[in-house]
Amino acid sequence: MFDGMTAETLARIQFAFTVSFHIIFPAFSIGVASYLAVLNGLWLGTRDQTYLTLFNYWKKIFAVAFGMGVVSGIVMSYQFGTNWSVFSDKTGPVLGPLMAYEVLSAFFLEAGFLGIMLFGRERVGDKLHMFATAMVAFGTLMSATWILSVNSWMQTPAGYSMNELGQFVPEDWWQIVFNPSFPYRLVHMVLAAYLTTALVVGGVGGLHLLRDAKDAPARRMFSMAMWMLIIVAPLQILAGDFHGINTLEHQPAKVMAMEGHYDSHPDGAPLILFGIPNAEEKRVDYAIQIPKLSSLILKHHWDAPIDGLDTIPDADEPPVAIVFWSFRVMVGLGFAMLGLGAWSVLRRLKGRLYEDRWLQRAAIAMGPTGFVAVLAGWVTTEVGRQPFTVYGVLRTGDSLAPVAAPAVAASLLAFIIVYFFVFGAGTFYLLRMMNKPAGTVHLGLKDGPIRTAGTTPIMQTDPDAIPGE
Amino acid sequence: MFELSFIWAGIIAFAVLTYVILDGFDLGVGILFPLAGSEREKATMMNSIAPIWDGNETWLVLGGGGLFAVFPLAYAVIMPALYMPIILMLLALIFRGVAFEYRWRTERWKPVWDAAFFGGSLIAAFMQGIALGALVQGIKVVDRAYAGGWWDWLSLFSILTGLAVVVGYALLGATWVILKTEGSLQRQMQNRAWWLGAGTLGFIGIVSILTPFQDPDYFSRWFNLPGSIFSVVMPGAMLGAAWALFSGLKTGKDGQPFLAAICIFVLCFIGIGISFYPNIVPPGLTIAEAAAPDKSLRFALVGTVVLVPMILAYTAYAYWVFRGKIDPAEGYH
Repeated sequence: MFDGMTAETLARIQFAFTVSFHIIFPAFSIGVASYLAVLNGLWLGTRDQTYLTLFNYWKKIFAVAFGMGVVSGIVMSYQFGTNWSVFSDKTGPVLGPLMAYEVLSAFFLEAGFLGIMLFGRERVGDKLHMFATAMVAFGTLMSATWILSVNSWMQTPAGYSMNELGQFVPEDWWQIVFNPSFPYRLVHMVLAAYLTTALVVGGVGGLHLLRDAKDAPARRMFSMAMWMLIIVAPLQILAGDFHGINTLEHQPAKVMAMEGHYDSHPDGAPLILFGIPNAEEKRVDYAIQIPKLSSLILKHHWDAPIDGLDTIPDADEPPVAIVFWSFRVMVGLGFAMLGLGAWSVLRRLKGRLYEDRWLQRAAIAMGPTGFVAVLAGWVTTEVGRQPFTVYGVLRTGDSLAPVAAPAVAASLLAFIIVYFFVFGAGTFYLLRMMNKPAGTVHLGLKDGPIRTAGTTPIMQTDPDAIPGE
Repeated sequence: MFELSFIWAGIIAFAVLTYVILDGFDLGVGILFPLAGSEREKATMMNSIAPIWDGNETWLVLGGGGLFAVFPLAYAVIMPALYMPIILMLLALIFRGVAFEYRWRTERWKPVWDAAFFGGSLIAAFMQGIALGALVQGIKVVDRAYAGGWWDWLSLFSILTGLAVVVGYALLGATWVILKTEGSLQRQMQNRAWWLGAGTLGFIGIVSILTPFQDPDYFSRWFNLPGSIFSVVMPGAMLGAAWALFSGLKTGKDGQPFLAAICIFVLCFIGIGISFYPNIVPPGLTIAEAAAPDKSLRFALVGTVVLVPMILAYTAYAYWVFRGKIDPAEGYH
């Protein structure tokens, strides 16, 4: 199956495959963790049953998604060493402590309070339960902060020197953590996670509204999701624009690939909407373009000169076609999300938010698009920084572990089979849970493992029983 | 004043030991899972670890992430050297990790996820033991990189340590179930724990006798002063722990067997430490050589000193919240 591929190609495919699967789960669980904290806070503040119903509904979905995120994440923490050991040896002094902080300040926090959030409400009381819920949400955000700092440093390395062993040595931790692309990437990713979650919640809400427009929890979650969408989608487009301008400053070759600019444009570059990048001829075939718009977007001036890939040595160029396409998928979906949000506002103003069948169908269709956009965005930024692991300093080909190609081929095949089997089943269970209305008491066959262990009679009751049902 | 790298070696050792004990007992529960006769017993066993396994496994991430942070060279040679067992361990942990949630979401596929829980726990434990054995036998390093083949980890000795860890984890798991349950399941585990305890001690004996012959350094460390003092003290302490285990089982104590089993693991871990020191990767990579620059060690240490005690506190709190015997009739139905 992988005959003729080098160990490097196989290791790159394996990392891309495992990290792509992994990012899907945090992209969802970061958003849901915050949503759960908001729902629980609203329930405690208003004592409106609908919020508690929604909290219990989404927390069970969260538990499954979070479990998948944990197990696929453990793989990531070892893959740096198993497949990229030279990279690990060289960057460990700088990146290792950041990852250690992620474990210490985020993973333990999430794991420590997750059990209490899911199953401990009756045991610890409302206040501590709220605290645990907030800690889980805070932990997911801390985790995003550290790992995006790590990734951003690989894109825009700063605050280091090299020692005689060829290792990156920390000089200024502030510059390392807050490296030039970090704030932009962090904001862009956290907003992406919130958007992804809003789209899933909106899709689930739309589905149940389509079946029963009077379903109170469905109305509530649909409304919340649509509010979130119209607030976050424009912010995300703005954040993406800032991120792009930052990338132009620090990784111009990536932007050239995103834009499909093989040639330099000394007096204003066109925005290529669509076309087919032709790597051999170094041009975009069948390009549909708007003159000068790229200069306006990137440099905020019609006639600003923009360099093309002709200014970059061939050996330092990223693959253009992948980046060109993935970028367009991401941007296209971003505007579709904005469109859905705007549509919902129009319907809300007319008082028909819960009655418009086509809006609900559109929300269902858009439900999974957050994941697609997240993946497309990561493909853009990761493929776009090739052929480097530490941008401009350490090449991907010089980062590899001395593992023989057959070993990597075997592990890659195993990962592909196991991931599709295990996470395919998990996705099926998630969809089946989402297919049930939020008021359903038993989402699965049973609602989950019995995780409490008390002996007093009051503990005998279902800690999540919804009064009145 | 100690070198920073030695402080860190201690912290990493602490993280690995904590992992071995905590995930050891929950992997052990997975290994013993097929022994549960009824659905009720299965549910009880799984529920005894469901709220805590995730936190337990986080120590494995700390072990890996911590090694990357403070001993990047050790991380960079161990991972490729143990490529196959590490990948297999990770895949096994995926199966057993998702089983906690999946088995409650389906009736038809429940046997599949029960098998995944058992098989994943068993293979993860076995691979950890193999990794340990391969590490004890030594890893060939040339020019800051692993210089061996991708089957070097496989040997009779590493298979022996693999089996030893499986039996040892099963002992931890059995004594944990004794602590957390009552009635027939507890009685069954008390009976199993006898055999698992005897098996664990047998494996420890064989591995201890073979280890000094894996590397002349180990031999001289154990049989010359001051190391030879340990050669007397360690077996004595081990006998004490074994006595505590078996007398606890005999008198039907709830907690004593579990604590005794933990003691056995701690003693083994100290023994491995004595063999390795001052190397971090035998036979030739020392703690000082593998350490990251002091700036990295210091930066990571500041947070660790503050955060690890907090982690231990809230982890202990989470265990306390879910304390007591598991009652399968209670909870979520």
